[in-house]
Amino acid sequence: MTYYSKQKVKTHKIGIYLWIWGLLFVFSFFSYMVDYLNFEGSLRWTLIVLFMLSKAALIIAIFMHLFWERYAIVNALLWPMTLMLLFVWIMAAESEYTLLTRLFYFVIGS
Amino acid sequence: MNGAINKLPKGWDGLTSDFSSDQKAFKGMSWGKAMMWIFLLSDTFIFSCLLISYLTGRASTTAPWPDASIVFGLEMFGTSVPLLLIAIMTFVLISSSGTMAIAVKYGYEKNRKLCAIFLLLTALCGAAFVSMQAFEWTKLILVEGLRPWANPMGAVQFGSFFFMITGFHGTHVTVGVIFLLIMARKTWRGDFDTGRRGYFTTMKSDYVAIEIMGLYWHFVDLVWVFIFAFFYLW
Repeated sequence: MTYYSKQKVKTHKIGIYLWIWGLLFVFSFFSYMVDYLNFEGSLRWTLIVLFMLSKAALIIAIFMHLFWERYAIVNALLWPMTLMLLFVWIMAAESEYTLLTRLFYFVIGS
Repeated sequence: MNGAINKLPKGWDGLTSDFSSDQKAFKGMSWGKAMMWIFLLSDTFIFSCLLISYLTGRASTTAPWPDASIVFGLEMFGTSVPLLLIAIMTFVLISSSGTMAIAVKYGYEKNRKLCAIFLLLTALCGAAFVSMQAFEWTKLILVEGLRPWANPMGAVQFGSFFFMITGFHGTHVTVGVIFLLIMARKTWRGDFDTGRRGYFTTMKSDYVAIEIMGLYWHFVDLVWVFIFAFFYLW
């Protein structure tokens, strides 16, 4: 646990940061390979999102120390971020509708 | 302070007792660190809006979207390697996050010199990242003719989203590098040990300033994870 007071503090061993650093390298390499090996379709998108979320979770939990924080700050931060997914879903639905009307008026309706 | 924190309930019980308690909800956290987290949450919303508008623009255009792995490819030894520059930029930024985490650790151990050295290494990686981004922008503007309002490679929206998203992220990295250099100087001079007052704030500071700096820097890396996935790989 790390706190900001002038008292003697207990910190984590350097190994955990090197491990996470290595894992982030591995995940980045894998996601680059997805592009390099030309994976297509839902396999490509699933792998990209999987590696992306793994990297994001490692950075937030370990590097930003959120794993060791009290639940008050963890919940205050993660719920609003989760709600953004709803916004993503709304705008994805909206863009499909926009594309439909554009195709209709640009191609068929003209 | 430390002892009082350990007496409070933990987990979900801690959540309800912290939020229903007097004076402050975020127990045991310096106000600067709490405010940095709140700022980063608001920054999350800004970057989310940029990436969601990119999603909407890309999904709703009838023009073909340029293939990112070709647009951002590099010629190496006569063969074109897809996304090479972006991959190098990603590894450089992740490395800077690693050195930053180690700098925060040494900060808490009050290891003045190692903390300053790792802060400098982080700033160096950040500067390298911005330089590579400047190279990428130059190539796209001068060679490919990409503009915020025009794109000879396909959908016009590609240009505006590219410059807006990577430009906003690059601005964050640049500001981060400037503050990393300031923090490295303050650490090396021993401001956090002697209690020397800050030039702008006129307040005494502590090694918690390094952790707050670290939160910002890791966030910049975090945003790049999402930009890398959605803009370059998708």
